[in-house]
Amino acid sequence: MGKLVKHLEIGSSPHVSDGASTDVIMRNVFFALLPVTVFAVYAFGTGAALVIIVATASCVLTEHWLCRWTGKPSTVGDWSIAITGLLYGLTLPPDLPLWMVFVGGVFGVAIGKFMFGGLGMNAFNPALVGRAFLQAAFPQAMTHWSAPFAEGRFEHIPSSVLAMPFWEPTYDAVTSATPLALMKFEAEFAGGRELMAGLTSGSVGETCGALILLGGIYLVARNMMNWRIPASIFATVAAVTWAFQLYDPATYPGPVFMLFSGGLMLGAVFMATDMVASPITNAGCWLYGVLIGVLVVAIRFWGGMPEGVMYAILLANAVSPHIDNLIQPRVFGTGRRAG
Amino acid sequence: MALKQVSSTDEFIKGLWRDNPVFIHMLGLCPALAVSNTAINALAMGAATTFVLLMAGLSVSLLRNFIPREARIVSYICIIATFVTCVDYAIMAISIELHRALGAFIALIVVNCLILGRSEAFASKHNPGRALLDALGMGVGFTGALFFIGVMREVLGSGTLFGVGLFPDGFQTWTVMVLPSGGFFAMAIWLLVVNWIRQRQADAEKQAVEQAGKAAS
Repeated sequence: MGKLVKHLEIGSSPHVSDGASTDVIMRNVFFALLPVTVFAVYAFGTGAALVIIVATASCVLTEHWLCRWTGKPSTVGDWSIAITGLLYGLTLPPDLPLWMVFVGGVFGVAIGKFMFGGLGMNAFNPALVGRAFLQAAFPQAMTHWSAPFAEGRFEHIPSSVLAMPFWEPTYDAVTSATPLALMKFEAEFAGGRELMAGLTSGSVGETCGALILLGGIYLVARNMMNWRIPASIFATVAAVTWAFQLYDPATYPGPVFMLFSGGLMLGAVFMATDMVASPITNAGCWLYGVLIGVLVVAIRFWGGMPEGVMYAILLANAVSPHIDNLIQPRVFGTGRRAG
Repeated sequence: MALKQVSSTDEFIKGLWRDNPVFIHMLGLCPALAVSNTAINALAMGAATTFVLLMAGLSVSLLRNFIPREARIVSYICIIATFVTCVDYAIMAISIELHRALGAFIALIVVNCLILGRSEAFASKHNPGRALLDALGMGVGFTGALFFIGVMREVLGSGTLFGVGLFPDGFQTWTVMVLPSGGFFAMAIWLLVVNWIRQRQADAEKQAVEQAGKAAS
């Protein structure tokens, strides 16, 4: 197989180079994720640390093997796959067996990224593909949440994390309901301050909304993320939820709860903004965000599962090439009426 | 133009690998994906399809000089539907549970493009003996493909094979493999394996030809 040289510039002229390359951007995404990761390990202890390490390692190793196997130049060096792995780890429950983490990582990178042609070609966010596969394959393990800030979380490793490959995990702590599950099944709404500070249970990296927002603001300030996507998601979710809360405050929670609960912050800031799987034009990004926002609210309120951010983003990923087709930028130099 | 003489055994063998209906021609994918969730379902579906293939092939081949060209598809469908109805009642008599597990997919054998395709492309142009051999090969190939998919899905999805537990307690079942999406995954993995083997065979043949060419020069 000959070496495949990818050289494709997308976007209308004129082009200005700002020196940003894949590895520069990815290094900054890593810095933005660092506080979230540190907080996750602090809140959930050794289990979360192991999950994150194995998630990253499984993605990096898969990419490395597949690159070697197909004779392509290795794309491990540009950090992008390590970021995928880290993000994938942050979406998992803190006491998920490590062998499942590994299976999902291999699946996400091999099927979600490599089958489509590798870096820059993936139609879907590979981290979410891996997570979606795990959700479908092991629904019980993927909805077992341990409580944050448990006693002795740094001294011992949860037994479920070290479950034998292909064997069911045994849990030493009872599951602790996530705010969204409480909303859905008990009609109990957690307070906004609690959610922002990350005091609730949930996936490893999704609990602390404030730190995720901080990372997002850093990336926007460095001009390395399209702020329109998260802004549009937040605005849509807030507007739709607000309307429903006005209609029936007992059943529907408020916008603050919806924005800071579950994976919405992490998804909107770090997942939906995947540069490959999101639309190219700014108008397209607004539309894409609105679509995700509406889907998130619809799945959370009326779906069978408490959380819907993952499916909302994957569905919007599937639509984003069509959004690009729909919205064609005006050719530079032609007037609005010139057509 | 003289047709190349094809041996009788080759008429049978081709359906197993070289012209495998599921893995090579991608025919009859609907039952292959839908009722391959256990090995038993896969085998039953394969047996039912093989029976219909055989009977339809025989009938079409016997009647090939009487069916007018313009009305051939309708005639084939009628012939196939007759045998599918027989199979439907036979399965119901043998095991009502199996009938329930296979559901509408027994009736849907009528529109399985594998059977119609073999009737149109082969049975209507060959004598009954050849048509039967071809149908048997295709049927066995189809059953084998379904069986491989079914084994993968049952072992991973339920931890059993033919309903017998394979693992000690505590085996983590992969729920996704018994769901419809598992059919696509299992099918894709087998396709990957089959295509990889075929690629290797083709490469080996090409090398052999090249070496023979070098030796001759």
